[in-house]
Amino acid sequence: MSVIIVGMADLNACKSPGVLKTLGLGSCVGIALYDPVAKVAGLAHIMLPDSKAISNNQNHAKFADTALIKLIEAMQKLGAKKISMKAKIAGGAQMFAFNATSESLRVGDRNVEASKKVLREAGIKLIAEETGANFGRTVELYADDGRFLIKAIGQAVRTL
Amino acid sequence: MSAKSTSVENLFSDMHLDILKELGSMGTAHAATALSKMVNKKVTMPVPRVAWMDFQDVANFVGGPENIIVGILVSLSGNIQGMMMSLMELESAHRIVELVIGTPPPEDTLQFGEMERSVVEEVGNIMLSSYLSSLAGLTNSQIKPSIPYMCVDMANAILSVPASEFGRMADKMLFIESKIDVENIQFSGCFVLVPNLHSFFRILRGLGAE
Repeated sequence: MSVIIVGMADLNACKSPGVLKTLGLGSCVGIALYDPVAKVAGLAHIMLPDSKAISNNQNHAKFADTALIKLIEAMQKLGAKKISMKAKIAGGAQMFAFNATSESLRVGDRNVEASKKVLREAGIKLIAEETGANFGRTVELYADDGRFLIKAIGQAVRTL
Repeated sequence: MSAKSTSVENLFSDMHLDILKELGSMGTAHAATALSKMVNKKVTMPVPRVAWMDFQDVANFVGGPENIIVGILVSLSGNIQGMMMSLMELESAHRIVELVIGTPPPEDTLQFGEMERSVVEEVGNIMLSSYLSSLAGLTNSQIKPSIPYMCVDMANAILSVPASEFGRMADKMLFIESKIDVENIQFSGCFVLVPNLHSFFRILRGLGAE
């Protein structure tokens, strides 16, 4: 079973029996899409909520809005259909205990909100999530059945 | 990748990097003096490496994306806004605790006790303050750092905080390597400086650009 590592501000898709993995999501969000009919999985590791608010936006995988479009396209190339796709998300932690209300320090929350919004707009149902809190998460998405594993330091592995 | 590179980091010429190296060595000298007073031992620190670095390379520098590290973050206000962060591997943090209070924390501990935590925070804070006061001097700015915030977790998760802050304008961050030698015990770690766009230009101006 081949494991494809998805870097920070990156995305990728694969067919069964492949695995997509991204390491150490902090304030970033992992958006996992799965088409159970075609058995095609896609994973994006987004860093920021909105490409339109920023000038340095050439990397589409960095933002929730543009990453989702690219992720759907990448999965369609492997035979997936948007209508069959379901989503799971993880991440969006607040790593440091700031009490500040500063926008940039709330980036985890905003990444989660933006991910949900773009999924809703694309008509893709969010069926599971583990977001927020204050710890990092490594996630794995299995293309054979769409299971989404979450690993955090000192905690038992969870399957969404 | 040319598509990913932006003009922001290209604005820094070799000359600016040289001036920033000066900042690195001034900051390091301050930090060595302060640390030496704190532990009452001779502290030496070689002139640090200063570079623009991709966040993934910074993660690799501290042992890889999933390696457990200690991050100490201060947010900056005043004329220069943004954040600065100190990163070290868990083992270095343990050695610092041992150096300051005499006993190391249990080997594989992630949860530092209150005492250990404040030692690590304070050492990180001393180092950060040393660089920040050098930066303030070089750029003729006022910089007000927040209290230090500490987090122990995977390198990528910790780096996501400055990466997403700086990701608004570039994909690289200003990296300062630090090595500390206290009576032949060595620690290593690094610092990343993440100014916001406005402050970035102020730093450039302060370094004699434009």
